[in-house]
Amino acid sequence: MKSSYWKSNLVILASLLVIWFVVSFGFGILWSEKLDNFSIGGFKLGFWFSQQGSIYFFVLIIFIYVYLLNKLDKKYFDNSDQSNIEEE
Amino acid sequence: MSLQALTYLFVGISFAIYIGIAIWSRARSTNDFYIAGKGVSPVANGMATAADWMSAASFISMAGLIAFLGKDGSVYLMGWTGGYVLLALLLAPYLRKFGKYTVPDFIGTRYYSKAARLVAIICLIFISFTYVAGQMRGVGIVFSRFLEVDINTGVIIGMLIVFFYAVLGGMKGITYTQVAQYCVLIFAYLVPAIFISLMITNNPIPQLGFGDKIAGSSLYLLDKLDELSIELGFNAYTEYTKSNIDVFFITAALMFGTAGLPHVIVRFFTVPKVSDARKSAGYALVFIALLYTTAPAVAAFAKINFIDSVQKVEYESAPDWFTNWENIGLIAWKDKNNDGIINYSSGNALEGVKPKYTNQFGEFGERIVENASEQSNNNEVYIDNDIMVLANPEIAKLPNWVIALVAAGALAAALSTAAGLLLVISASISHDLMKKILLPNITEKQELFYARCAAAVAIFIAGLFGIYPPGFVAQVVAFAFGLAASTIFPALFLGIFYKRLNKEGAIAGMLTGLIATSSYISYFKFVNPAINNSDYWIFGISPEGFGFLGMILNFVVALIVSTFYSKPPKEIYQMIDEIRKP
Repeated sequence: MKSSYWKSNLVILASLLVIWFVVSFGFGILWSEKLDNFSIGGFKLGFWFSQQGSIYFFVLIIFIYVYLLNKLDKKYFDNSDQSNIEEE
Repeated sequence: MSLQALTYLFVGISFAIYIGIAIWSRARSTNDFYIAGKGVSPVANGMATAADWMSAASFISMAGLIAFLGKDGSVYLMGWTGGYVLLALLLAPYLRKFGKYTVPDFIGTRYYSKAARLVAIICLIFISFTYVAGQMRGVGIVFSRFLEVDINTGVIIGMLIVFFYAVLGGMKGITYTQVAQYCVLIFAYLVPAIFISLMITNNPIPQLGFGDKIAGSSLYLLDKLDELSIELGFNAYTEYTKSNIDVFFITAALMFGTAGLPHVIVRFFTVPKVSDARKSAGYALVFIALLYTTAPAVAAFAKINFIDSVQKVEYESAPDWFTNWENIGLIAWKDKNNDGIINYSSGNALEGVKPKYTNQFGEFGERIVENASEQSNNNEVYIDNDIMVLANPEIAKLPNWVIALVAAGALAAALSTAAGLLLVISASISHDLMKKILLPNITEKQELFYARCAAAVAIFIAGLFGIYPPGFVAQVVAFAFGLAASTIFPALFLGIFYKRLNKEGAIAGMLTGLIATSSYISYFKFVNPAINNSDYWIFGISPEGFGFLGMILNFVVALIVSTFYSKPPKEIYQMIDEIRKP
């Protein structure tokens, strides 16, 4: 039970880190020049990702992780609020 | 009211608030002093983290830097925000579960070794002092320009304020003052940005405005900026000039470095629950993103505004701010062709780059500099990147209260970061060095006393850095991030995700990262700066990006060395199982 909790966590981590990599290192750097052929408003798309878009995605990624992990915690450690507060 | 009176008023009110909060939330135990009694709500901790993180450099220098670097400046935007994803996903929840006071604490316990703890303490102190030096310089600049006091007096006032709430309040005092400081600094950053965005593009949201058309024309702002940049001999604003691999490595070094910065990590020790640590990292990034997505807009506006207000203008009719900043020593003008007209273009205006002012004034009233003109170009203007944000409200002719607000915001940014850093320095000395290595028998009361003394000493040293700024501050920022990425991040990450890693592997890895990164950076920055260019770099990676390679070396060495020695003891396996549970 505990090890499958950890495995699900690792799967979530890995998929979110792929998105993290693609929006910043991918769209913002490696393929940025190609994306610059498209634009949204006055922004060239690659430029937008490097100075704006990547940051919006970062915020989104963290909140998706918070949501998924809270669900996972609930599944494996139900009403675990007590066990969360250690020491004191 | 005059600008100076308004500035005194705004700065005075904000300082009074910080001191009030410090008295209200003073620390009574080591638990309060190190981690605020683990009672900070995730939103408050998010704000405090944001204030802690956004330094004088973020507030004052970043937009200016981007204005001059164009798209190359993106490395800072992505690098200094993307690290929070790593923090939230890979480190913060587990370190919070571990439940102790400091970063060396985790490394020392996880690798069951005083040597590992000591290596971590050394890296931490080096990283944190590097950073503090920059904050104190920021405080000095703001005081000298806006309050017209001597820089040294300004630094001493700043030191006294930080001393008061850091020594008295510890983490608890710092946390709640940082919440207030965040509010001051973000308000001070957004108000002028919104004004300027409205003025230039008619769009009240700066993040959208800089992708909009210039008011009263059909031309997009960024296209106009590209055009102007090329006309003046710069590269196009929206294109990279650095190689892809260098941009990649610098961004990665900044991201992993951010995730490995002790003063940021320790903030997540203060929340009540593990799930709060994750949430708190999310809030922190929201609060940070508010400034970091505004900064590139401010950069673009500032650049256009600057070019518009000085290019081909007679010096004698140049705007007031130009001469004000010339008097502070952050702008210089050398009339190369003696026509009395300011000509701004690419290239350094002066030989030796930085102006050396004399006490004389030229024919048009400009301050005369000793430097010879740089003959390879026609640029006549030296401008320090740092003034962009500070001068922007003046350049855009905004009302005086906005300028006063910016001064208070810049001080909030500098003081909040300085306080956070001083706290991790003092905690690592009193807790890790004294209690855990040198004097294991001291009582909690004595430890608290040592923590306060260490904070006081650290503030004193930081103040000295502000009064006698070492010339190498800009150089060593690469060091701070490079070391955090190549030593602390891998030790924490592997400590959580790879149980088999033993102390031999971890120490070998950290030392490899430390030695490789510091020798590469020292070589190009100090020993042989003349050949600091891509022809000589390994794989074309600049010293700023080397931390990422150092991190990879750390991983490889740690994993290989680890296989030659016995597994970590059973308790460590149990401890890791324990921190992996929420």
